[in-house]
Amino acid sequence: VTIEDSFGLQTNGFQGQDHRTDQVRGRLDAVLIAARVAPKTTHIGFVPTALVTHTEPFHVSKAIATLDYVSKGRAGVRAQISGRAVESDHFGRRHIPEFEPKDIGTVEVTELITELFDEAGEYVEIVRRLWDSWEDDAEIRDAATGRFIDREKLHYIDFHGKYLSVKGPSIVPRPPQGQPIVAALAHSTIPYRFAARSSDVVFVTPTDSRSAAEIVAQVGVEQALAGRARQRLHVFADLVVFLDTEAESGADRKNRLDRLDGAAYASDAHIFTGSAAQLADLLAAWQQAGITGYRLRPGSLPDDLATIGRSLVPELQSRGLFRTAYEATTLRGLLGLERPANRYAPAILEGASS
Amino acid sequence: MTKPRKQIHLAAHFPGVNNTTVWSDPRSGSHIEFDSFVRFAQVAERAKFDFLFLAEGLRLREQNGKIYDLDVVGRPDTFTILAALAAVTEKLGLTGTINSTFNEPYDVARQFATLDLLSGGRGAWNVVTSWDAFTGENFRRGGYLPKEQRYERAESFLQAANTLFDSWSGVEVLADKGTGQFLSDDAPGSFAVRDEFFDIEGHFNVPSSPQGRPVIFQAGDSDAGREFAAASADAIFSRHGTLEAGQAFYSDVKRRLPAYGRTAADLLVLPAATFVLGDTEAEAQDYAYEVRRAQVSGQTAIKFAEQLWNRDLSDYDPDGPLPAIDPLVGENTIARGRASVRINENPIDVANRWREIAAAKGLSLREVVVEVTSRQNFIGTPETVATTIDEYVQADASDGFILVPHITPDGLAEFADKVVPILQERGVFRTEYEGSTLREHLGLRVPAPRQRVGAGDRSSA
Repeated sequence: VTIEDSFGLQTNGFQGQDHRTDQVRGRLDAVLIAARVAPKTTHIGFVPTALVTHTEPFHVSKAIATLDYVSKGRAGVRAQISGRAVESDHFGRRHIPEFEPKDIGTVEVTELITELFDEAGEYVEIVRRLWDSWEDDAEIRDAATGRFIDREKLHYIDFHGKYLSVKGPSIVPRPPQGQPIVAALAHSTIPYRFAARSSDVVFVTPTDSRSAAEIVAQVGVEQALAGRARQRLHVFADLVVFLDTEAESGADRKNRLDRLDGAAYASDAHIFTGSAAQLADLLAAWQQAGITGYRLRPGSLPDDLATIGRSLVPELQSRGLFRTAYEATTLRGLLGLERPANRYAPAILEGASS
Repeated sequence: MTKPRKQIHLAAHFPGVNNTTVWSDPRSGSHIEFDSFVRFAQVAERAKFDFLFLAEGLRLREQNGKIYDLDVVGRPDTFTILAALAAVTEKLGLTGTINSTFNEPYDVARQFATLDLLSGGRGAWNVVTSWDAFTGENFRRGGYLPKEQRYERAESFLQAANTLFDSWSGVEVLADKGTGQFLSDDAPGSFAVRDEFFDIEGHFNVPSSPQGRPVIFQAGDSDAGREFAAASADAIFSRHGTLEAGQAFYSDVKRRLPAYGRTAADLLVLPAATFVLGDTEAEAQDYAYEVRRAQVSGQTAIKFAEQLWNRDLSDYDPDGPLPAIDPLVGENTIARGRASVRINENPIDVANRWREIAAAKGLSLREVVVEVTSRQNFIGTPETVATTIDEYVQADASDGFILVPHITPDGLAEFADKVVPILQERGVFRTEYEGSTLREHLGLRVPAPRQRVGAGDRSSA
């Protein structure tokens, strides 16, 4: 499950506010929603959005580490920048100039976006180092010597970047997964670069198999440039889905909702309408193009979420494309990722390897 | 007519990172695993406590240039734990200590407003401040705040957060399927704050909670801290061990309220308190001494002495006499990350007092530290502890207590099972929750929303 967030009211516009009263406005802090729901579930992973532009990596690192404890190893975080002027006015510490879609590609806006993503890169690096700043066995509770921790196993991260500096160590011991999952949503080169450097899962928005393959290739190039070619980086395609049910076709549901809203629904992601079997065909085809997973955005709740569970999941299972039972208890496990070694722990030497 | 007996408020403090916790006791569990928090919270709720309390520290403590390793080290994130506890409790208030120095009002107000909504109106914020460059090294803001400005900024920060909490009045969300209206207001959450510390404006994006605003706690004991509490807090988290000290503090802060248009009922005084129970008085006293010895090992005693002396005393014998040399006066360079010792006001006077105690009773360094750092408030049988707590509250030394057990997470159970029923029998503590929000548990009014900025015309139309 992913949970969106923002430091301002939702809007259909690019900047500012649209003053609409007929759509949902207002939202809760995503990390805290995840924490509120996690104890009520047992296997599903949680990837809430954390906004990095105006916040502290120290706070976010300990919040996600704690979400990992609360969920017993099912936490992740999607790192998102905030490039909207109205959101910077809510903080008043730095001014982010207003720009419109037509300005994207200009030197000023490219510089701004590059800077925000570079800062996000430093931010994620700090978050990750803090997760490793305690070795797994740092808490020793050694009554004989009176020591609660072995302080040799706690590490200052001493990060000094262009934008951020943090000393460490974290106040939270290393989380159950070692490194919770970091995710990013990306639509173009600068965010692909950020995702390839910093994340374990990148959400992308292809429109067909060919664009899926192109995006996978672009992400692969950035991954190699970041020196991470041998690390597993999941490329998840985002899809908005309106699925056929017995009562109503997906296309009819979308049209009905469009009429109610007075405008055709638009999204950054591909909008699929059709049957569960057709969607399964599409997912299988994009998988061939290199997509390793999908983030389905139900077109309407609860209808499309229920239909995903009732129709799509059995369809994929019958084709051998989706699990029939949880194979792991952690989110890393579900994504096929090992629990990583701690960057600060001395490497365990294998004497017999020569 | 006799004065009606005050109802006692009780809360449970999940122990933090000081030597209260006897972690070497075999019954002592994790301070990090969520299950410990669940057990602790559920005991508190079973006993009908008002709330659970979490402290905060944003940099691990150091002494002699090294991370302090003799006490519990590490704790989870306050907001995340409280939001998760909202899932496993129904009535218990959820109070978190959050530093205003290393945060911004919009972000903190969002997190508290979220916690308050996710818990059905059970959130509370203990507002603390810092001027500590040592902690600031963990933040992009750094330790930029001069000491004398910390309460000014905290007051300003809290007022800004209140403006945000009040920016939704509670009537905005219609979600009317018939008319297709989701909102009654096309610009909900409008706000603007401009003062010496903040220049922010826009729209807050979290709707208001069932209790209006989270309950506000304040924990400082200085004159500025008391004034801050009188102006803006709903409750004070204090530390006054004796009846007389408690009464003096209580009357002092309540006396300050009328100047702010507030009454005595608008501000609760809730000191932290420890307890040790036994089947007889003698047994309780013996066990209390044993706990004190466990809390102050020889090593811990040396560390405490170093904090006062502001010198490296690692060569001293804890079972020998106090150092003959005097403490170093000034900024404490030995211990960092401890608010209590940043500057010891009169270390030489305090050292001389320690020496007098040692001479009068023939005590070693360790025994002196055991004696002078004792924060054990209630020692006795369940019956006598219940009586003492009731006396303190009825004598206006407090409105209740925030209890800190020395065993985590199960140390609270004995109090819940043995002392609470006696208080209930005497009619001074609830047997069922009457309300569902923390304001209702504490008998606090829902604050009236202030005049909203920029949206007044629309909302009054």
